Amino acid sequence: MPAPAIDVRAITKRFGDFTAVNRISFEVDRGEVFGLLGPNGAGKSTLIRMLTTLVEPTEGTAIVGGADIVGDPNAVRRTIGVIPQAMTSDLELSATENLLIFAKLYGVPREGRKALIAELLAAVELTQWADKPVKMLSGGMRRRVEIARGLVHKPSIFFLDEPTTGLDPVSRTAVWEMLRKIKAERDLTILLTTHYMDEADKLCDRIAIVDHGELKALDSPLRLKAAVPGENTLDASFSGMPADWRATLEGLPGVEEVTVDGPVFRLASANGPATTMALMSAASEAGVTVDSLGIQSTSLDDVFVHYTGHQLRDALQAPSPTDRLIRR
Amino acid sequence: MLAIVERELRRFRRSPALIAMSLIMPVVQLVVLGYAFGGTVRHLKLGIVDQDHGVPAVHLREMAGAVASGNKTFATSLYPDVGTAVTALRNGHLNGVLTIPPDFSRRVLSKDDPHVALIEDNTDGFVSASLAGAMSSLVEAYDLPPESARRILTTTSLDVVEVYPYVPYIQYLLPGSIVMSIFMMVMIGGGIIFIDDKARGLHEGYLVTPISKLELILGFTVSGAVKAVLAGLVLMTLGTVIAGVPNPFEPMRLVRLFVVILVTSMALVSMMFLLMVRMSDPLLPRALFGVLNTILYFPSGAVYPQQAFPAWMRGIAVCDPFTYAVHALKSLVLKNTGFVAIGFDLGFLIIFSIVAMSAATLLFKRTL
Repeated sequence: MPAPAIDVRAITKRFGDFTAVNRISFEVDRGEVFGLLGPNGAGKSTLIRMLTTLVEPTEGTAIVGGADIVGDPNAVRRTIGVIPQAMTSDLELSATENLLIFAKLYGVPREGRKALIAELLAAVELTQWADKPVKMLSGGMRRRVEIARGLVHKPSIFFLDEPTTGLDPVSRTAVWEMLRKIKAERDLTILLTTHYMDEADKLCDRIAIVDHGELKALDSPLRLKAAVPGENTLDASFSGMPADWRATLEGLPGVEEVTVDGPVFRLASANGPATTMALMSAASEAGVTVDSLGIQSTSLDDVFVHYTGHQLRDALQAPSPTDRLIRR
Repeated sequence: MLAIVERELRRFRRSPALIAMSLIMPVVQLVVLGYAFGGTVRHLKLGIVDQDHGVPAVHLREMAGAVASGNKTFATSLYPDVGTAVTALRNGHLNGVLTIPPDFSRRVLSKDDPHVALIEDNTDGFVSASLAGAMSSLVEAYDLPPESARRILTTTSLDVVEVYPYVPYIQYLLPGSIVMSIFMMVMIGGGIIFIDDKARGLHEGYLVTPISKLELILGFTVSGAVKAVLAGLVLMTLGTVIAGVPNPFEPMRLVRLFVVILVTSMALVSMMFLLMVRMSDPLLPRALFGVLNTILYFPSGAVYPQQAFPAWMRGIAVCDPFTYAVHALKSLVLKNTGFVAIGFDLGFLIIFSIVAMSAATLLFKRTL
């Protein structure tokens, strides 16, 4: 069996008393698109920064592209392409100039450099704007410049940290399409971090759910959803409930699991319509008012709640090394 | 390393506002300070109270009137009494009051210690020194005997020989302005941009490439020095023309000036890098800029001789790279000396660069 492209071994990062990443281990196979899914503050960015040698781990290590991130970081840097969370292109320079500078930084030979840059800009559909300063490009186009820049030295592993954060829906879709196209054309392993469920669902072969610095679940999107009880989820809130209302809900037809998230009762059901009818009838008989009711098929949101006990939402996080006034 | 240099210079070329900002302030400072401080004090107001009215008193008043008509150091006006004149002085209408006492003429004729008094507003040291100096000369001239028929004088006299042509104050200021333009480019075009890029996360883009720590540092340093040298050369050329330096484009002088500007640029870039290497807050370099500007520029002797400074300021001057840069440039601009005269200055700046850059390299972090 070939060695994995990325082999993370009990990696940990502490900032003072705060543990941002706590003994996480996983493997990413060659050619896989792997997602790290979690809310802001989960530790995803810290983890990806360690894997891309931007931050040194406190404990543990990882083997990326056959090289140890602690023992031989330069060898790791030669095999990886990285798109950081912040837009790191020089705004005063054109797309072509940005790629040219990075081609030189990576030591891409002079002969063939021009053709390579033209090919990459064509691949991300920016040929028409190649000589415009990056500051004149939209957010989605800037991200595409960075994707092209990350591929200029033909890496075998590509890291993307929140690639579509801050982009409008149309740009997000364009970036997804770009990544799929590039993946199809190249022998590339991709690891991306995201807090967008739909992004992880659409792009990734496997997803690792990360929360509070720990790995909560790891599998394909399909298997993760199948592991959650019920095919439908009903979210309902009530007023005037008796004390044993939860037990009543658990006894409704089709209900496999009931969880409570604040004022909302979440029912995982094998038969959404039947459960709904029974719920309304039970509420009427008990004199309970149904304040709100929503029904949907099991999604990654449900997967997240199932494994972490809460919804995917923004959370406070400890300052990271690059948190500064301008960025935040 | 060259990719970093190329990237910095391409950005620099696209920032005309930055270029202008770095050059305008030193030029404006040169012109305004040069003409504000370089002139001779004139048109002061002297009140005269003649309480004697004798011939010697009238003669003294006539001599003061001659100064008012000729050099125009001061203009005179008569006051009836000391009280009225001093009131006018206190109210700011006069800079000084010359009082001729009632017994002045009698004492002059009997050669019995005649004296006059100058009451002056000493809140402005420059003005009071000029007025006192003018009055001293006046009184000295009043006492001079008629022109002697002797060919050989019997009293000791002083002949002053000026080695160099007259140096107006604006030329005196020029070396400091050249160093100031280098410093401004280093801070604005180097330090502030470096920290802003760091805060935006731009450095992450480089840190994930295989570039070594030394190549990164050298890249930033060389590009900073190139920009600083350009600023220095522009100020040197413009300033030389504005200040009217004689023979400004003599080839060997230009070569020596280039060497000093280059070495000064390396020293200031190294200093900036050492200060910024662990800094992350973009507000800090902006706050630091004003403080450094003052603490490096004024103790360097750029605007006033260091011999007039108190001990603590002379202490700052000893460690200040500006001091040596200004001294070297003064030697070249004002005296057109050779490398021997500026050898110590160059040596200090080179050693300063090495020490600062070594410390910055040790402190520089290859990771976030």
